[in-house]
Amino acid sequence: MDCQLDIFFLEALLNGILLAGLLALLALGLNLVFGVIDVVWICYAELVMVGMYGVHFSYKAGAPFLLAAAIGIAIVAVAGALLHVLVIRPVLDSEPINQLLVTGGVLFFLQAAATMAFGIEFRNIGISMGSANVADMSFSKSRIVSFVVALVSMLGLWLFLRRSYIGTAIRAIAQDRQIMPLMGVDSRKIYIVTSAIGGGLAGLAATLMVLNYDIYPQIGLQFGPLVFMICVLGGLGNMVGGFVAAFIISQFIAVGSSCFHTEWGYAVAFLFFMIAIFVRPQGLFGGKS
Amino acid sequence: MSAPDIARWPRISVGAIAGLAFVLLLPFIVRLLFGPSEKYYLHLLIQILIWAFIYTSWALMGRFGLTSLGHGAFTGIGAYVTVLLWNFAGITPWIGIPVAILMSTVVGVLIGYPCFSLRITGHYFGLLTLALTEFVRLCIVGLRDYTGGSLGTQPRRYGDGISLYALQFEPDRMLAYYVAVALWLFGLFVWWRVDRSMDRYALDAASQDEDAASSVGINVTREKLKITALSSGMCALGGAIFAQYQMYIGPDTIAGLGVSLNMVFAVVSGGVWVMLGPTVGAIFTQVLSEVLRVAIQGSATLKSALGSAALALDSLIYGLLLILFIIYMPKGILGTILERRKRRRS
Repeated sequence: MDCQLDIFFLEALLNGILLAGLLALLALGLNLVFGVIDVVWICYAELVMVGMYGVHFSYKAGAPFLLAAAIGIAIVAVAGALLHVLVIRPVLDSEPINQLLVTGGVLFFLQAAATMAFGIEFRNIGISMGSANVADMSFSKSRIVSFVVALVSMLGLWLFLRRSYIGTAIRAIAQDRQIMPLMGVDSRKIYIVTSAIGGGLAGLAATLMVLNYDIYPQIGLQFGPLVFMICVLGGLGNMVGGFVAAFIISQFIAVGSSCFHTEWGYAVAFLFFMIAIFVRPQGLFGGKS
Repeated sequence: MSAPDIARWPRISVGAIAGLAFVLLLPFIVRLLFGPSEKYYLHLLIQILIWAFIYTSWALMGRFGLTSLGHGAFTGIGAYVTVLLWNFAGITPWIGIPVAILMSTVVGVLIGYPCFSLRITGHYFGLLTLALTEFVRLCIVGLRDYTGGSLGTQPRRYGDGISLYALQFEPDRMLAYYVAVALWLFGLFVWWRVDRSMDRYALDAASQDEDAASSVGINVTREKLKITALSSGMCALGGAIFAQYQMYIGPDTIAGLGVSLNMVFAVVSGGVWVMLGPTVGAIFTQVLSEVLRVAIQGSATLKSALGSAALALDSLIYGLLLILFIIYMPKGILGTILERRKRRRS
């Protein structure tokens, strides 16, 4: 199929933008954690997977969707805080790569635990919102909802970091890890709060993912690498950068997938990522590296 | 890092000779002990040896702080290029494997050069190599007309399945075992050569402080590129031999993120700074999953209690152990044992 500047192309472009909202939200939690604690959670996508199962089963158990979503978010927020206390804190002072690897162990653990608990079958929550049709173009409504929620929550996080006392403390810690404890900021507490917020954002992303995708234990491997790529492209820890990068990457995927096979859209996105990093190693919008 | 034993010849000690003799005689010991089920035990040993070689190749880089999360790309290139050349062009693996090694090395250098000259290290290097492995996996899946997509493909069997020309040896487990031993010894030999070379000291210095290293005249980029080329080429060889033995390749068994991460973790569990560390890692991980699998298959109560969940029990324990290893034993099993022994001696 060749690519033409026609209505299909426009549809792909707009679907790409909708996808970007979700990806940007996914990148947000990871970026927050990296920016503040200086740790990459390789198991981030698996936390999202846990959240997806949380939402799924709460909903199936009879909870209304919003309550199920809240339960899912709470589960992942607690999981994020636990991850920090049990796994990250003991290696906080060792080599950075050890911190990355230890969360890799968590990745295997969570994936296996999900397989044992829920089996390998694909699960669908079974909420269909239908699609909106605009001028011969079709957009899934759940994607539109996801996009809006993602934007609103990013705005919310921004306000929280700017306006609240604890948000200010988080930003301060991110800027100087050594000095802030001297100023009376309890960095241990801030790290736990940040991890919980990071987890909560993963849970929120999970809630939106549930509406759009089937759940299975390996789902993290499908989008995890993509999220890391977006974070690095935007400059690890740079939330605005991650936001813009999500839009760039999702365009590659959406347009590439509509012109060729899905894998090629992803493959081109990864290729672009590698080249972009070589051109701008600090990330496209890199402040700190 | 432990104090280097400067330019020492390999200790041709009684221990080393006994160890080698043991490895060479192992198939016969297995035959004596397990007779009818020797094929199964040999299969396990062959897997351990081939993976031990691949892990050793990874650790050549990993020991110098170049923690690649993307070596699945290289094993994947090795396996797929060799098999596709054989299946579609009828080119014998004797030519196919060198081509695959060359391609893998080129990819390694292409990704390595900008990384090292721009000083992309740590998280960024890990995530960039992670992107590489995903890219290669997606290409394999995308070229499904040739590669069979995510279902994988098989090398075309030649004759009765044992052939020097087609480098196929799978039905003869004894032969396959010695092929794997040769491969593994080659890996250890390369490790030993690297360990004794000046490059090793240059890389050790660079991994600790790049500025200081380059200020004393070390071309850091070049040194890192050399070890990357070596490591990626060897991984391609390992992937190709794995394909020739398994007679099946799939994007998730020999390429992709799972393979890449397994490589890192097996080495970390065994010990990245000691020669036999990756081998110990391979033994540990393979035996762990086999023991658990057999234990579950063998016990009816466990089987009925866990059901299909039993499939994931080994990765659950594996993941848990990895976390504990990195927190409490970052030098790995062998690294920790050797260190304890050294401390006791001094």
